[in-house]
Amino acid sequence: MNIASILATKGDKVITIHAEQTIREALGVLAHHNIGALVVVDAGRRPIGILSERDVVRAAVKDEAVFPLLVSQLMTRDLVLGDPGDDLGAVGQTMVRRHIRHLPVVKGGQLVGMISIGDVVKAQRDYYQGEVDTLQTIVMEHGH
Amino acid sequence: MTPGSTEHPLRVAVIGAGPAGFYVAEHLLRRTDLTIDVDLFDRLPTPYGLVRAGVAPDHQKIKAVTATFDKIAAHPRFRFYGGVELGKHIDVADLRTHYHQVVYTTGAQTDRRMDIPGEDLPGSHPATEFVAWYNGHPDYRDYQFDLSQERVAVVGVGNVAVDVARILCRTPEELARTDIAEHALEALRHSRVREVYLLGRRGAAQAAFTNPEIKELGEMEGADVVVRPEEVELDPLSRAALEQSGDRVGAKKVEILQSYARRAATGKPRRLTVRFLVSPTALLDNGGGGVGAIRLVRNRLVTSATGAIQAQATGQHEELAAGLVFRSVGYRGVPLPGVPFDDKWGVVLNEKGRVLDPETKHPLPGEYTAGWIKRGPSGVVGTNKPDAAETVTAMLEDAAAGHAPVPPEHDPAALDRLVRQRQPHVVGWSEWLRLNELEVARGRAHGRPREKFTRVDEMLEALGNRPRG
Repeated sequence: MNIASILATKGDKVITIHAEQTIREALGVLAHHNIGALVVVDAGRRPIGILSERDVVRAAVKDEAVFPLLVSQLMTRDLVLGDPGDDLGAVGQTMVRRHIRHLPVVKGGQLVGMISIGDVVKAQRDYYQGEVDTLQTIVMEHGH
Repeated sequence: MTPGSTEHPLRVAVIGAGPAGFYVAEHLLRRTDLTIDVDLFDRLPTPYGLVRAGVAPDHQKIKAVTATFDKIAAHPRFRFYGGVELGKHIDVADLRTHYHQVVYTTGAQTDRRMDIPGEDLPGSHPATEFVAWYNGHPDYRDYQFDLSQERVAVVGVGNVAVDVARILCRTPEELARTDIAEHALEALRHSRVREVYLLGRRGAAQAAFTNPEIKELGEMEGADVVVRPEEVELDPLSRAALEQSGDRVGAKKVEILQSYARRAATGKPRRLTVRFLVSPTALLDNGGGGVGAIRLVRNRLVTSATGAIQAQATGQHEELAAGLVFRSVGYRGVPLPGVPFDDKWGVVLNEKGRVLDPETKHPLPGEYTAGWIKRGPSGVVGTNKPDAAETVTAMLEDAAAGHAPVPPEHDPAALDRLVRQRQPHVVGWSEWLRLNELEVARGRAHGRPREKFTRVDEMLEALGNRPRG
């Protein structure tokens, strides 16, 4: 099972923002789509950073006047990017170890989606649940 | 008023009677607080999708899941419409006229291409076509595979690739104990195949096959299994990944393969060689217009940014002679007429099972999807159960919120009349049960679990339902 199997059921849209937009605009986008992080892209739609609600919360504690700041001032630039073919086992471990909650996914340099640690946990749970169900069915129905 | 009461049942059509379709039906029909009608359609007269036409004939235990599907089908509010195809007998507009909600569960019906030169040379086939042929799928009944070739290569090491390699290596006696289609058994009796190669892109630790599958390869009556020691030696990246994840199942897989590498040949008539760290770069002409060899590039393993292990070509090539090639490098969904498709992933465009409008990206009221056509081809049969549950949760949430479009026609008998008018040879559930009994009886006479009908006309004739034309 890989990242592509998660992205397949997430529709076609990836919510992005540009580095020169304001935090006020970014929060509006986060609230409108009810999500926790935005991928920051350049003009060629290549990811250059990620802005999460935590980044904003941390900045707001230090300084109340976060709204007019630019996305580029608060975003995390140290990006880990996923590939659609990456195994979810490895992806999940890396996300846990490095405390990554949201992983932008890139194909041929282009942003194709974003997955959250919750998506990975759910996909793995469904996979194992399915495996258990199949094994139980074999045992139960084939008991004769 | 929201549908789902005894007076106004929620009416649902499910398109595709494979595992995903049955699990959607199950999650809907087991709701005791709601009255729901489920009509399950399939383009074939027979149900069960890949459990019948995909799961290998020598894996009867996996097919036992059909007993679960039969229990679902016994529900009084369930109807089966076999032999009814979307886009041919009924269309999306008909479904909107008769149902509150429609769920597409048509699976991933086509192979992914390798995109290499020579891919379409005669003698090179998608593995799924061979699988459908030996499993008696009526669409593939008359396909021909050149089993006079001695050397066969199967590209891929997933379940389908392993199934194909195993079926090619089985003795006629082993196959005769299964429900393999009669025409395939006959062709395989005359097979001259001696060497079968399974070709894996990555290493032994990353191979998709399960431990029982790899163990089974070592226990075939008529074929020795061969593994090159240097190809199953654990590389530092894979070793680190196995240790870090504590993946004992993966470690065991490598151990079994290493034990095969130490085995001496026992002189069985056939040989199955499992290769790792190679990717095909071209299929080569045998000089007569057919496939004669595969050019392979050797791969090394690298880790991606997320720590996943990927194959990277080294530039070192080799040639492998093979007169018959099956590719099994993944599957894709096929677009359905009138249903939005996401070409990037080869699935119905959806968000958690809600079909989306390709323009607005908002859910299309009343349209849903589940199974492989929703998430792509991954997991085992049972994986479709939690997947279907997610879709059904969305459906019932939408229905409760008043987002289920009210169909102009809500009489179940009207739909039944329409379908029979468009497709007089429709096969219902009780007819399928009769067909099933006939197949089992035919098989019993030859000491086999069943002998399948492999032509639609044959099925209709057996049912006393006049063949078309």
